[in-house]
Amino acid sequence: MGVAMSVREQALMPGRPNAIRVSIALVLAAVLVFVWALTTGSIAVGLPELWSALFGDAEGISAGVVRELRLPRAAAVFACGGLLALAGALMQVLLRNPLADPYILGVSGGAAVGALAAMLLGLGAWWVDGAAFAGALAAMLLVFGLAHGEGAWTQTRLLLTGVIVAAGCGAIVTLMLSLAPDSRLQSMLFWLMGDASGARRPWPALIVLVLGLACVAPVARDLNVLARGDSAARALGVDVDRLRYAVYGLASLLTAVSVTLIGSVGFVGLIVPHLVRFVIGNDQRLLLPFAVLVGGTLLTLADTVARTLIAPTQLPVGVVTALIGVPVFLFLLARKPG
Amino acid sequence: MEALSAEPLLEAERLALKAGDRWLCCEFSLRLKAGECLVLLGPNGAGKTTLLNTFAGLRLPAAGSLRLGGRLGSEWDRTALARFRGLLAQSRPELFSSSVLESVLVGRHPHLGRWGWEGENDKQIALDALREVGLSGFEARDVLTLSGGERQRVAIAALLVQAPRLLLLDEPTNHLDLHYQIAVLELFRRQLADGRAAVMVLHDINLASRYADHVILFDGRGNVLAGASEEVLREDCLSHAFAHPIVRIEQGGRTLFMPR
Repeated sequence: MGVAMSVREQALMPGRPNAIRVSIALVLAAVLVFVWALTTGSIAVGLPELWSALFGDAEGISAGVVRELRLPRAAAVFACGGLLALAGALMQVLLRNPLADPYILGVSGGAAVGALAAMLLGLGAWWVDGAAFAGALAAMLLVFGLAHGEGAWTQTRLLLTGVIVAAGCGAIVTLMLSLAPDSRLQSMLFWLMGDASGARRPWPALIVLVLGLACVAPVARDLNVLARGDSAARALGVDVDRLRYAVYGLASLLTAVSVTLIGSVGFVGLIVPHLVRFVIGNDQRLLLPFAVLVGGTLLTLADTVARTLIAPTQLPVGVVTALIGVPVFLFLLARKPG
Repeated sequence: MEALSAEPLLEAERLALKAGDRWLCCEFSLRLKAGECLVLLGPNGAGKTTLLNTFAGLRLPAAGSLRLGGRLGSEWDRTALARFRGLLAQSRPELFSSSVLESVLVGRHPHLGRWGWEGENDKQIALDALREVGLSGFEARDVLTLSGGERQRVAIAALLVQAPRLLLLDEPTNHLDLHYQIAVLELFRRQLADGRAAVMVLHDINLASRYADHVILFDGRGNVLAGASEEVLREDCLSHAFAHPIVRIEQGGRTLFMPR
């Protein structure tokens, strides 16, 4: 009885009992998904070939495909999944709204306007990326500028301003799509749905992801307190306003980087934090890093499905995440108490 | 912990509050020492919660000065202040699942360093606090499944583990049944004997007269009456403040107030 009791009590401490087991399982899953992503495709690559392509000095087509196409793409997609999941988890805590996602403040709308405008003008990939990032930042600054206010209204105003700016961007996007020549329409639509086929440079996203995690790690427990309401957080010594705006800015920036790289892929930022919360609880010190792992793994998985399901046609990864995400989310919602 | 001294934990000098253009209370002065209980009484919207938040250092007074533990609000470091005074807020909308134990451990936040994690010692403090509020065995329950009164007691337990010297309580008896109303107020009275002081917003005049050493009575029109409990809790003052005739009844050595 005594032993059973102590085991039970240990299990009640915030998240910790599972933390090690869960993190081992997640790292294993990430490795497996990576192996699958690197070995499957139009050219099948065996495990020994994969090993020598990654760690040896193998030459030839399959080594080239792994090193120059699949690995950068898988790494970029993993980083974006992590960015979106982290940004989503932060937005849900900051807005105290379980239905918040990284795009709720209009970042993806601004990026879409920028990217599609560049495509409409027939500019190259660098310009599209640059315009997407500039659009995301512009939308972010617009929302924060317009929502700037005092007191309890700020939260609601921020949310409403974000929704309205996103709606405005949606209208401009529709306008541009209707004006676009047929030759450019498909790539524009793919961009909108979230498309990783052009993702070749994983490093900026990976670096931003690591920096983002490093920035939130010291304030993770403050976020736990903030999740319980502003007045409780203030009474417990949290500098609520500064923390909130710093983390809003960070989450928007993470989202902007991801949108620039792979377009507005939906559902990862909404669902992954909920999935992790189910397993580990709402302790941000564990939730945030685990969300990064799960988000990266899931998006890499979805992207591999997207490019192999009906190969040689590549689906936009956003379609796959939505097809997986919708039923999972409805299931979670149905079993949620209250 | 600071040594107990006769220095007041809370000292208001000609304090006045404003909400927008409206004066919530005119200037009053007050000293609250360890072991004492101050009750804020008055009609809805009179400014009781605003005054409590001002006492907590979360809001600046419109005029006058306020010292907590001898120091002005601006002289306090946030974390040190959170160890000195605790606030039981009136509403705590819980949106995310969390175990009762986790919810109570949140109160340890100001006692842990930036990278600190709650340890065995913190857990024991939380379990003791849960026992104090009659929630032993509830550690693993999800707070979203609790009743209003149980959530109120979880919040009180979180305040106990915060272990502040000055307890600021916004309607601590909210949602509680009669048994727990008395149990919780007795619990706070025991806390006062340990060198703490309490300020509480109450709506029940009889509970106020039973536990208060000092009372601040708001009349909802910007006037307040601040003083010793027996000076303020009078038929005429109460009737004026609540805009309803209130009678005083002596019964078995107890004073009761009834609306006429």
